[in-house]
Amino acid sequence: MPRTLRRWGPPLLLISPSAVLMAVFVYGLLAANAQTSMTDIHTAAQATGREPSSFVWLDNYVALLGSPAFQHSLKNLALYTVVFLAGTMFFGFLWAWLLDRPVRFEGVFRSIYLFPMAVSFVASGVVWRWLLNSNQGEQASGLNRLFQMIGLDFLQNNWWNNVDVGIAAIAIPAIWQLSGYVMALFLAGFRGIPEELREAGRMDGASEWKLYRHVLFPQLSPVALSAVIIIGHMSLKAFDLIMAISKPANYQTKVPAIDMYVFKSSFDYASSAAVGAILLVIVAALIIPYLVHISRTEKAK
Amino acid sequence: MSAPSSTAPVAVAPTTTPSAPKVRSRFSVGRTLKYLVLLFFLVVVLIPVYVLVVTSFKGPGDAAAVRAWNLPEVWVLDNWKGAWDALSPALWRTIQMVVPAAVISSFLGSMNGFVLARWRFPYADLVFTLILFGMFIPYQAVMIPLLQLMLGAGVPSGVPSLIILHVIYGIPITTLIFRNYYMSVPEELIEAARVDGAGMLRTFGSIVLPISIPSFVVVLIWQFTSAWNDFLFAVFFSSSGNGPVTLALNNLANGALLTNYGISMSGALLASLPTLLVYVLLGKYFIGGLMSGSVKG
Repeated sequence: MPRTLRRWGPPLLLISPSAVLMAVFVYGLLAANAQTSMTDIHTAAQATGREPSSFVWLDNYVALLGSPAFQHSLKNLALYTVVFLAGTMFFGFLWAWLLDRPVRFEGVFRSIYLFPMAVSFVASGVVWRWLLNSNQGEQASGLNRLFQMIGLDFLQNNWWNNVDVGIAAIAIPAIWQLSGYVMALFLAGFRGIPEELREAGRMDGASEWKLYRHVLFPQLSPVALSAVIIIGHMSLKAFDLIMAISKPANYQTKVPAIDMYVFKSSFDYASSAAVGAILLVIVAALIIPYLVHISRTEKAK
Repeated sequence: MSAPSSTAPVAVAPTTTPSAPKVRSRFSVGRTLKYLVLLFFLVVVLIPVYVLVVTSFKGPGDAAAVRAWNLPEVWVLDNWKGAWDALSPALWRTIQMVVPAAVISSFLGSMNGFVLARWRFPYADLVFTLILFGMFIPYQAVMIPLLQLMLGAGVPSGVPSLIILHVIYGIPITTLIFRNYYMSVPEELIEAARVDGAGMLRTFGSIVLPISIPSFVVVLIWQFTSAWNDFLFAVFFSSSGNGPVTLALNNLANGALLTNYGISMSGALLASLPTLLVYVLLGKYFIGGLMSGSVKG
């Protein structure tokens, strides 16, 4: 017994505080949230326990998924994610590629492309709200005014005030903020490729473009996968930028995370919890296969 | 950026990074084009910075739409003073929140990371994956019961609540960074301590902790930045009277009927200065943290 204690005691001592916290605050609360999402707690009185509530199984989910307003949120989320992903992957990859071969002032370019990452969405939201001002013509400021000044008037538009695709405008600041991060990931990927591989390609007489296309780009697919997962799961939780730029009550730009907040604010805890659970399912569908994939490749090493 | 050719890749793959060959000074169209493209994107990325800085120094009459992109007619400091008055209490609260949150979760992360990297126990991988998953969950999926739990436990809203939350939900990422680091520590170093009769706790305290300084810097910066920039927990667990600077800034920028962009933009710069300073001074470690987020062993 003392030997078992000596062997198992110390590691358990080190890891148990975190294990308990994770068990309670992640898995315990996920279960509690699922429970709340299947009740009829829709009022403040029920939320504080002054009035009784009952178990209604999946009624809240059925109601949510059937409501045009929530469908609009889901559609917005999909559009936002597609634009955000496409933008960050495009610019991130392009910048990394441009900086891969020796470039003068590489550090300056890299640092400036990456710096928006250090700023909060709320702070960048302040300036982007101004840049994405929907006024046009005489009253235009922000990007619309800039378009006038450089003779690109036709590019003027009402940005996030567009009901159908307004959410895509919110993705612009998100792209501004995270393209540098994707660049850093790809750049690390490029630099991790052994120099011999490039040399071998050149020996075979491959042109610079062919070298990239057939030898180097394929090496980057694990990096691309990481980038998609990171940006994708950030995108699904989109909240800060929308709160900062267009306010939660704005129909054009609402997404599930905003709905969750709005429901909570009106003490509709059941619907709020259900939205949270739906978000969890969407994120899990993306993350769990990835985590399984990662742990398999680690084992193979 | 001088000496070592690159910071980002070094932080990821210290062993395999070949230093980029010397820049050839030969002129070519392709090269010139490349610099023009790089420069173009540099300008695009800096546009919001120009707007922030310029607007923050504009007087109230200077804000007309026609002059939106011009430099200030008169450079005034009123906005900065206004922003400081509005945000300084929240800035101070944010510091009180961020420092303990970063330090505590770093220590928890290093303990977990060490155990998970060095101690083979049944289901170790499963435990690690379960911890890691906590990093990816949308916090919306725990928020309602979390509110009830914190309220039920009597934790005051504002700084105390936020410290606890940033510590707890910081565990996955800090564990991940430390585990990856400890996996790379030579086995012999730890074996030597064990031969000398040191138990696990002694080994951890006297051998492992001292060599973990670089990882601590990475983790501290990561936690500092994400807690400083957090808005989600701030919205749910604090109010304008006791919340951090992100909340105060959002109230400042979105509160008034007619937004005062000058003060808002000074405020945005003010609220971003600490994290920007960290980025400029400790960029290498900042990027190290970013890379760890990519879950690569």
